Amino acid sequence: MKGMTTIVKKTTQILAGIIFLYGAYVVIHGHLTPGGGFAGGVIMAGAFILVTLAFGGGFLNLKKEETGSTATENIAVLIVIILSLVGLFLGAKVFFLNFLPRGTVGELVSAGVLPLYNIFVGIEVTSSIFILFLALVIFKEEDT
Amino acid sequence: MIPYWMCFALFLVGLYGVITRRNLVKIAISLSIMEVSTFLFFALMGYIEGGKFPIVDPAEPGQLYVDPLPQALVLTAIVIGLATTSLLMAVIIRIYRKYKTFDIREIRNLRG
Amino acid sequence: MELALTIITGFMVIGAIYAIHAKDLLSAVIACGIVGYGLVICFLLLKAPDLAIVQIVVDTMSLIIMVTVVLNTSREEPYYGLDSRGRTLAVAALALIIALLYYFVISTGHLDAFGESHLRMSEAYMNGAAEKTGSANLVTGVVFDFRGYDTLGEATVLVTAVLGVIAILRLKGKK
Repeated sequence: MKGMTTIVKKTTQILAGIIFLYGAYVVIHGHLTPGGGFAGGVIMAGAFILVTLAFGGGFLNLKKEETGSTATENIAVLIVIILSLVGLFLGAKVFFLNFLPRGTVGELVSAGVLPLYNIFVGIEVTSSIFILFLALVIFKEEDT
Repeated sequence: MIPYWMCFALFLVGLYGVITRRNLVKIAISLSIMEVSTFLFFALMGYIEGGKFPIVDPAEPGQLYVDPLPQALVLTAIVIGLATTSLLMAVIIRIYRKYKTFDIREIRNLRG
Repeated sequence: MELALTIITGFMVIGAIYAIHAKDLLSAVIACGIVGYGLVICFLLLKAPDLAIVQIVVDTMSLIIMVTVVLNTSREEPYYGLDSRGRTLAVAALALIIALLYYFVISTGHLDAFGESHLRMSEAYMNGAAEKTGSANLVTGVVFDFRGYDTLGEATVLVTAVLGVIAILRLKGKK
């Protein structure tokens, strides 16, 4: 896949970072405002896909990207499972126990482990949707 | 009651497409239409007239909120829908490279 | 409220019918986009901002993926005509639709009227939910605390689907 024109590339350079920051904001504030791990992860994946579409496959080292994001995805899922198992072995024997102090409702650092789940599920969704896109692009380049 | 009826009509359109079309891409599109109608039905079930967004404001307790349970069920299902659509598309593009056609009956005859 | 929902869902039904009957696959895919973006407006009217944020991005991405596939293969769908087998299938589809319609008419009697749903299960979730989980967003509280099993299962399904796509699409690297 070839890249697009200079105008698109310049606009992408300015916009992609802002989109990524907005996605990170939605993930971190997931327990206070609308959003959360799934919504913010999808927005962050959108930033990566925008860069890949604008600059083309030759600019980025796609194979390396794919290996890296596969590893990231699997590690994020592993951390989610470990967090839920920690709840199982602490105190009451309940899966997905909220074992951290809850704090006051409405502050940024509150709600126990929910922000941690949000962050790791966000990372997982980002990398998996980016892989779905990369697999199609790499397939097209190898085939022709 | 009319929104429920329109939602069901959307489901029936998708079902008709899945049964009668011969093109693989059309079948994938019909499946995604059925998916959309299911999401809409869940969201309709949880709506309460006069309810607020399900976000608690500690300053004003005792508000009436929209039911958050169907929304939580749909939230994860939407992302899964994207993943399954991509899986379907991957299978379709692989079939096209092998048989050079989208028609399911020709594919069945070619296997022979 | 009910009128606005009816109009938007009517547009969605028209877009779906066009998407199924279009001759060009590219326009069929774009007409499928009407259905997705109409769903975003419905979610906003139904007071579900979380779902609207997710759906608007997911729909754009699934359009990108479908357009990529269609542009890399063939675009036009030849007209097949209605042979005997196609006619049988159409009759079977209509019979199935009529049967489903009958059951829908029966089951609408047991549904709550639109806008007056009773809280059954979620009564327990909502009474002091913010104090139980510490999260101001009730949907996040239900997703990650009360129904954590569901979320873990969905994350696993996502990983499995991604691994399946990679296994299907990779040509080289299996030396």
